[in-house]
Amino acid sequence: MNHTEPFVFYTERRLVALTGLRARNLTELLGFLRGGPGSSIFYHTHHMYLSHHFETPMFSNDFALWVSEALQEEEMGEKLAAIDLLSFTSVRQLREAIISTIESDLAENGRRLRECPPGDEFHFCRSKSFMMPTGLVARDPNEFFALLPRVSNVSLFFHFFEARLRLERPTNDFSQWLAWRGEERLAKAVDELDPYIMTLDELRNRIIDLGKGRGAGGHGNPS
Amino acid sequence: MAIRLSDYQEIVGEDVVQELYVLADRVRNRRLQNINSTAVGGGVAEILTRMVPLLRELGVDATWDVIKGDQSFFNVTKAFHNALHGKNEEITDEMLGVFRANTEMNLRDVNFTGDVILVHDPQPAGLIQRRTEIGRRWIWRCHIDVSAPDPRVWNFLKPYVGQYDAAIFSMPDFAQELSIPQYMVAPSIDPLSDKNKELDAGYITQVLERYGLDPERPIVTQISRFDRLKDPVGVIAAYRMVKKRYDCQLVLAGGGAPDDPEGEQVLREVRERAEGDPDIHVLLLPPFSDLKINALVRGSTVVLQKSIKEGFGLTVSEALWKHKPVIGGAVGGIKLQIINGITGFLVHSPEGAARRLMQLLGDRQLCQRLGENGYQHVKQNFLVTRHVKDYMLVMLALDHPDEDVVNLT
Repeated sequence: MNHTEPFVFYTERRLVALTGLRARNLTELLGFLRGGPGSSIFYHTHHMYLSHHFETPMFSNDFALWVSEALQEEEMGEKLAAIDLLSFTSVRQLREAIISTIESDLAENGRRLRECPPGDEFHFCRSKSFMMPTGLVARDPNEFFALLPRVSNVSLFFHFFEARLRLERPTNDFSQWLAWRGEERLAKAVDELDPYIMTLDELRNRIIDLGKGRGAGGHGNPS
Repeated sequence: MAIRLSDYQEIVGEDVVQELYVLADRVRNRRLQNINSTAVGGGVAEILTRMVPLLRELGVDATWDVIKGDQSFFNVTKAFHNALHGKNEEITDEMLGVFRANTEMNLRDVNFTGDVILVHDPQPAGLIQRRTEIGRRWIWRCHIDVSAPDPRVWNFLKPYVGQYDAAIFSMPDFAQELSIPQYMVAPSIDPLSDKNKELDAGYITQVLERYGLDPERPIVTQISRFDRLKDPVGVIAAYRMVKKRYDCQLVLAGGGAPDDPEGEQVLREVRERAEGDPDIHVLLLPPFSDLKINALVRGSTVVLQKSIKEGFGLTVSEALWKHKPVIGGAVGGIKLQIINGITGFLVHSPEGAARRLMQLLGDRQLCQRLGENGYQHVKQNFLVTRHVKDYMLVMLALDHPDEDVVNLT
């Protein structure tokens, strides 16, 4: 994508790949966090945003949920849930933050490590994503905002979460393209939205609100 | 009349069906040959009956073949099935010999026509031996709970499984340490089947009354076989705790298996526990009672699935699809279907079930909220259309085994 190209809305289809590896305690969890694939870290910190669009769950990542419920380490669970995903631009940074949160909590509150009850092990998964164009293309910012109501949650997820963290782009795709088109103010406003504290429907509405007052347009067929 | 993809469009939305066509473009005309061990009866045959025509409508050349086997072979594979579920079974060398001999026979008889050969469950797993000769892509689809398999049976099957290009399991807990890629494809329900389709209110009332239920009073239902692992006795215990405060009727309904002596024993025990309370209805339903089961669930106020161990437990999705609040045991696939407090409640004991049941019977709005969330959750994750999509993605994944992000432009 260069500075004059139109915005092509992509979407993704994902398959959950299984590693066959499991953790029963924090030592095993840390071992996997250090050596496991980045796609697994991304999956366990992000899949809930796609699957639970109707309500925001208390724990939005699997590590926090498991540590809190299966290991009864509520304090550490809350710390893991509070990791600011928006502050990272790579899965590597995110991985380091999760590891250091667990390690510092263990160092601060030295204690015997618990085993989870049988049947409650943490099972490591990975996401395998297939990205493809949706058929929606915006030639300018007016068209972009006019098309947004037709953009699916999965497409939003791709441009906001996947592109930034997994493809290591500096910001979300929308902000980057708007800035290239001279819409720095809007680009910044969209960049400041925190997609991790709202549902994807709310995120779409917030972006549409930011773009209100613009003209209509757009072409292409959704797929 | 044959059911078509357009019939699903009204239920799941145009975008979901369009998405299937977009993916199908990438796997169009590939021959996907399904192989399993039975043409009728059981969940695998049920899902293939619906999926094969849908895939064909999408342009995937899907076919379905069934292996042959005599009674001794199926006795062996039944024992394998139980042992993979973690049940104690005696597995003798003679039994392994029967399995191998039957596999040899099918290796001669089956006509391998697929570009991708999708082998379902352990019975035909040995067919992979043909791979060295004919090539093609092979996937092993395991529908059973292998979270704690008997090592003797698993170690016997593992060398076969290791030769496939990929394996598919129903949930993360069932994944194994294998050198081949493994994917998760959850099972699904068919919203247009007799068990799940919309029913006329008059028919629902008629079924309830036929079984002696009062449609005007709350009904709490568990649909399951009479099996200790479904904890019907625990359900009655929970009901008795609730009954002291809330008026309600309890339905325990399920099919019986005449060759299952334990099932009869459990049914006897359940009937003994229910004795003397006209509000407990223990219903032993004959085969092909899908419409009646559908009506019983639709006529219920709350649905329970208080299992102690569960493979996947699709009865939960079947109830959620009907907007019912569900209380389920926190085991197996129930944990994927019930997000605690959002799409239902997870419990660990009859006391826990009783507490949640009282909460639900006393709060109509809570019932509505959980029921609606549950419906949405099933719509997104557990319908046959998602299952079709996942199979197409697995076909694509075979082309890109080592990439985490695949660009399909």
